[in-house]
Amino acid sequence: MIRDLLGLPVLASEHGEKVDNLIIYMHWLMIVLFVGWVAYFLYVIWRFRKSRHPKADHTGARGHTSTWIEGLVALVEMVLLFGLAIPWWAQLVDKPPSENESLVLRVVAQQFGWNVRYPGLDRVFAKQDIKLVNSTNKFGVVASDAPGKDDFGDFNSIRVPVNKPVIIHLTSMDVIHSFKVIALRVCQDAIPGLSIPVWFKAKTPGRYQINCAQLCGNGHAQMAQGFITIDSQEEFDKWYAQQSKGGGATATTFE
Amino acid sequence: MQPTTRETHHAGVHEPHHEELGFWRKYVFSTDHKVIGMQYGFTALLFLLVGFGLMLMMRWQIAYPGQPLPVIGPLLHSILGDAASPVLDANGALRGYSITADLYNALGAMHGTIMVFLAIVPLAFAAFGNFVVPLQIGAPDMAFPRVNMASYHAYVIGGVIMFTSFFIPGGAAQAGWTSYSPLATQIPTNGQTFWIIGMVFLITSSLLGAVNFIATIIQLRAPGMTWMRLPFFVWAQFVTAFLLLLAFPPLEAAAVMQLMDKLAHTSFFLPTGLAAGGAIANVSGGGSPLLWQHLFWFLGHPEVYVLILPAMGIVAEVIANNTRKPLWGYKSLVYSVLAIGFLSFIVWAHHMYLTGMGTKISTFFQTTTMIISIPSVIILSCLFISLWGGSIRFNTPMLFALGFLPMFGIGGLTGLPLGLNYSDIHLHDTYYVIAHFHYVVAPGTIFGLMAGIYFWYPKITGRLMNEFWGKVHFWLSLIFMNLVFQPMFAQGMAGMLRRMSDGGANYSLAKVGQDAIGGLTDSIMHWNITISHAAAALGLAQIPFIINFFWSMKHGKIVTSDNPWEATTLDWQTPTPPPHGNFAAAPHAYRGPYDYSLPGEPKDFTPQNQPA
Repeated sequence: MIRDLLGLPVLASEHGEKVDNLIIYMHWLMIVLFVGWVAYFLYVIWRFRKSRHPKADHTGARGHTSTWIEGLVALVEMVLLFGLAIPWWAQLVDKPPSENESLVLRVVAQQFGWNVRYPGLDRVFAKQDIKLVNSTNKFGVVASDAPGKDDFGDFNSIRVPVNKPVIIHLTSMDVIHSFKVIALRVCQDAIPGLSIPVWFKAKTPGRYQINCAQLCGNGHAQMAQGFITIDSQEEFDKWYAQQSKGGGATATTFE
Repeated sequence: MQPTTRETHHAGVHEPHHEELGFWRKYVFSTDHKVIGMQYGFTALLFLLVGFGLMLMMRWQIAYPGQPLPVIGPLLHSILGDAASPVLDANGALRGYSITADLYNALGAMHGTIMVFLAIVPLAFAAFGNFVVPLQIGAPDMAFPRVNMASYHAYVIGGVIMFTSFFIPGGAAQAGWTSYSPLATQIPTNGQTFWIIGMVFLITSSLLGAVNFIATIIQLRAPGMTWMRLPFFVWAQFVTAFLLLLAFPPLEAAAVMQLMDKLAHTSFFLPTGLAAGGAIANVSGGGSPLLWQHLFWFLGHPEVYVLILPAMGIVAEVIANNTRKPLWGYKSLVYSVLAIGFLSFIVWAHHMYLTGMGTKISTFFQTTTMIISIPSVIILSCLFISLWGGSIRFNTPMLFALGFLPMFGIGGLTGLPLGLNYSDIHLHDTYYVIAHFHYVVAPGTIFGLMAGIYFWYPKITGRLMNEFWGKVHFWLSLIFMNLVFQPMFAQGMAGMLRRMSDGGANYSLAKVGQDAIGGLTDSIMHWNITISHAAAALGLAQIPFIINFFWSMKHGKIVTSDNPWEATTLDWQTPTPPPHGNFAAAPHAYRGPYDYSLPGEPKDFTPQNQPA
């Protein structure tokens, strides 16, 4: 019920459940506090208005109810913080799934779209050299490197399988972007000069929109052509093998 | 000791410096803290209006992306050229001019910059601080009157540079008020250069103001005005001054480094291997974009408290006065504001949760962020509880002060899910964030400032503002503020992202196809139109205020006493308006700031300078 009341959007990833739950718990706390404050507030300005209460009381409120309430609020916050938020974050960033049992991708953001690169069937990426980056070789791939023969890439279209961990090594070639897939509850800044891993496990097949969540220039609002498609494992394997055979791609044309 | 009335003052009672000052010395190069306060006030209110106007243009573009801007479209085109680009109909006839993405980004960056650095800080800290603090502590002026003047002049220069940048080729800065590198240096126009230079002047102005306030409050308190007898407003300004003094220098250094990156091709914030348009950029490399974010937010977060603390101070004064009883928990208020001041320096990286932060760092910043919410809750609770047992007068200042409480409550509470990184994953960079901080600053801080304007207006001018129109102003503002910002929570929760020059239209289901999971629904998109209309109505609701403000200077009801609100603090125990040197006789404080309704006293207020 509260999910609908808050208007949380469709959820399609494993860890996203926790994201939503934390948002929901936080909003319960907020609702209780706010309703309490407003009820008190309306009562007090009615009861102590000048016409009803012409002589003010120098001392005002007595007792320590407010201290207890503040203590309780602090306690709830600490429970949410140390009980949920910190351990969950630690689990997310300190214990990512192993690369062996995951699909590993590299994504380079650019003004204004997303380049993706897959390691091919050998599951090894070609060497990359930053000096080789140009409009057709956005990952700076060393063309002669043997493991790169079956690597392949795409622009603004990412395909991954359902129910399998996906690790994306994310960076940017020009300015800071942010890779956000709302339904997967994934959001990670893509920062030039840094390669940052982000991972998720999708639960439902479909075609998901990629949002850019960081102002990246005058095309920021137009950076909406990126999609991530969650396939069944079979469909994905078929597509992956086919692409891998074609292999050798560096990237598609520069936009 | 008895204050003189307006009439006796004009008859020329005691004035320390009696020689007549010429126009320039009196109004432009004044060293009188009250005149400087008013200079700051007028200039900041003007910038508040400018910042609001920029926002209205953005709201048009968000509600009706690409549609010709009504009324001012042609004007904008004639001044800014193709940044307001022609819109043609099917037959090729000109329909008007619309806002380009470049112009939208400039409006966005400048709305934030102007509202924060040119409107709210100068109004809350410099204008109210200058006028009220020396009066409340019983001082004849600020400690360094010439530094005070220099502070205002640096502010004006910074403001002129910022405002002028709209009219240079390429227009104003476009990288947001946060000016993240590399975007800020990569945009080829000169707007960012102007922004940085403008910021250097504004920072200088704030630093000069900050040292002056600190010196004044420490050194110039009247005899008997002990620390625990200071009005809460003075405490709030004291902490604010320390925030400005300690947080701004890192940004000033960072701004100069970014300027070097832009002009001298250094790479403080630019990494190796940066490419733009497909080729390696010509930078030496080795820098870090994250370094800028750390330096920016090291200022940026204390700055948030710079925006809110003075407003809390004003609200506290108005509430004590209009409940006719002391503030509840004065000591808790003071310790809480000190705690906030300290903690605000160690929460900054909660703006950077999604930059790839590990567990250790994020644990630290999440913990400090949750801890800082506690003194904020204590302050709000004290203000709420202060109402208990009062005899509440609902005049215009009090309405704004009361309106502040639940509005700031919403703003503060909605910061909680943003303060934990796990829930921030979903809400980061959405309209939820916009709604959150605007609740703090717009119906929060601005309501506090409005309370202050209506409250001290009679001390400044000797006349009262019109109550009826004041109340109209309050109720309309309250309604439309909420109509503007409340729907943004829904939009943000649904995943609408900030800083989209088309209001998110490209991410809507209507545009990307109904099968695109995560696309924005029609009902979420439709709020854009409702909000923009409410924003326009909010603008109209300020007209009664603007007319009231100027009309009352000449025609408002003349105050019959120097202390029309029957207040206790020293700012009301002066002639009206206070002359140069402020007090008819040097004041002495004998009691705490809020001796209202003392048992056994004939009147329900006992001024601080009345001997025990």
